[in-house]
Amino acid sequence: MLTDLTTMIWKEWKEYFLQRGNMRGGLVGYLVVLGVFGAYLPYQTGPEWVRSPAPMALWSWLPLFLVSSLVADSFAGERERGTLEAILATRLPDRAILLGKILALVLYGFAFVVLGALLALLTVNVAYSSEGLLLYSPLLALGIVAFGLLFALLAASAGVLISLQAPTARQAAQTMSIAIMILLFVPILGFQALPATLQQQLYLVLEEPERLRPALLGLALAIALADILAVAA
Amino acid sequence: MSEAMAIVCENLSRHFGPVRAVDGISFQVPAATIFGFLGPNGAGKTTTIRLLLGLLEPTGGRATVLGWDIVAQAERIREQAGLLPQNMGLYQRLSGYESLELFGRIYRLPRQERQARIRQLLMRLGLWERRDEPISRWSGGMQRKLALARALLHRPRLLILDEPTAGLDAVSAVALRQELAAMARNEGVTVFLSTHNLHEAQELCQEVAVIKAGKIIAQGSPAQLRELGRRRELLLRGRGFTEELLQALAGRQEVVAIRREGDAVALELQEGADTAALIAFAVARGAAIEEAQRPQASLEEVFIELLQGETNAH
Repeated sequence: MLTDLTTMIWKEWKEYFLQRGNMRGGLVGYLVVLGVFGAYLPYQTGPEWVRSPAPMALWSWLPLFLVSSLVADSFAGERERGTLEAILATRLPDRAILLGKILALVLYGFAFVVLGALLALLTVNVAYSSEGLLLYSPLLALGIVAFGLLFALLAASAGVLISLQAPTARQAAQTMSIAIMILLFVPILGFQALPATLQQQLYLVLEEPERLRPALLGLALAIALADILAVAA
Repeated sequence: MSEAMAIVCENLSRHFGPVRAVDGISFQVPAATIFGFLGPNGAGKTTTIRLLLGLLEPTGGRATVLGWDIVAQAERIREQAGLLPQNMGLYQRLSGYESLELFGRIYRLPRQERQARIRQLLMRLGLWERRDEPISRWSGGMQRKLALARALLHRPRLLILDEPTAGLDAVSAVALRQELAAMARNEGVTVFLSTHNLHEAQELCQEVAVIKAGKIIAQGSPAQLRELGRRRELLLRGRGFTEELLQALAGRQEVVAIRREGDAVALELQEGADTAALIAFAVARGAAIEEAQRPQASLEEVFIELLQGETNAH
C-alpha cells in the first residue's frame, strides 16, 4: 500500500509542477508564492511576525487556497480527460488512488506552510538581527503546524469529495470556490457584526497568544472532526 | 476451461436504469488468440470492456477473465491485463518516458527491469528519440503507440484494445496491426480487440463476435461469418449466353432474377438452389462456361447485413 501511495504522490506532484508546461515554470511559480508569504510579508511586518498569532491565521488559510486550486481537477478533470479510466484499469486498488490523491494534496499544502514558516523565521532573524534570536513560541509553532495540516487535509478531503461527485472539473472548481468564499467571509462578516466592545476585547486576546489556547484547541478539534467526516465520506 | 479460455462470459448484463447497455451476452475467447469484438458505436463494446476489467459491476450473469471472477477478483485481473482505452487516457503534461515510468511503478517493475522495458518498447515503436518531450507535443499516431506501449509494459497475459487504430493514418494503422499480430504470435498474449474497423478484424482476428444493442448477434471465425453472408448469386462467365438460354434460365424455379454483366451472366438464386444443376442446364443448351463463381461477401458486407437484421446468425 505504501509503495502505491508513493507512486500516486509522485505522479500527482509531477502534474502539479508541470502545470505551467515544464518543471522549472512550476517551481518558479511555487517559489514566487513562497517568497511573498515567507519573505516579503514577514520582512514588512517585522519581529511581530513571529510573536503575534495573526500570521498563524495566514498559514492556516494558505494551504486551503493552494489545495483548492488543484483539487477540483483530481477526479473530475482526470475523468474528463480519460486518464482516470486508464489508471483505474491498472492493478492499483481504488483506495490507493483515493488516498494517494488526498495525501499528495495535503503534503503539497503542508510543505508550503512548513517551508514558508521557516523562511519567515529566517527572514526576520536576518532582517532584524539587532533584536536577537527571534523564535515562534511553542504554542504558535504548534498552531502553525497543526492548523496548516488540518486545513490542508480539510481542503483536500472535501475537495476530493466534490471532485468525485462533480460531472466536470469546471463545476467542481465552482463548487470549491463557493465553499472557500463561505469559509473566508463568514468569519470576517461575523466578526464585523459583533458589537465594537466585543471586537476590542477580541483584539486584546489576539495580542496574548496564551489566552487563545482553549479557543485554538476547540477550533483544531472542530477542523479535525470535519477532516474525519470528509475523509470518511 | 479457464486454462484454454482467456475470457468466459455467461449471460453477462449491465443495465443503466432502463438502458440495457449489455444484455445477456455469452462468449468465450480462446487463450493466445486475437478476438475481435465488433459493433457500431453505442453497441455495448466499451461497457463490456469495463465489465471484464471489473470497473463496472454486472447487473446479471457472470464472467471470468484469465480464470478470475470479474466481481470478486477484479484486482487480480487488472494485474494481468493491459488496456488501451479508446481515448488513450495519457497524461499530457508528462513526457513519453515519464508516462511509462509511472505505469512501471504502478506495476512495481524493479527499477532496472523497468528502465530496460521502457527503452525496449520505445525503441520498438520508434518513439525513443522523442521520449523526453511532453506527450501533448506528439502526434496522434505517436500517442496511440505510446498508449499501446503502456498497455504492454508489464507483459500482460491479456491485452484489451478499444478502437486501437481510430484516428490513425493508414501507414500508422498498418504498422500497429503488424505489431499486434507479431505480439500475439510471438508472446502468446490474448488480444481482445474492440473495433468497428472490419478490415482490421478480418486481417487480425481468429475469432470475432458481433454485438448490437447489447446483444451478441453473431460469433465465429471471420471466414464463418463471411459464409453467413454468402450471396445467393451465381456468376457465369463464358460464351454462348443467347437470349433463348437466358429466358430458359429465367424460367427455372430456383432463379429469382437474371442480368448480364459484360461477358458474364449473374443469376440471383433461391435459398438452397442447386448450382451444379443450373450449370449443367446452361451447358446442355450451348453455353461454353469458362468460370462459375459464388461471390463471397466481405466481412464488412456481412456486418452491415447483420446490423440490418437481414442475416440470421448463430
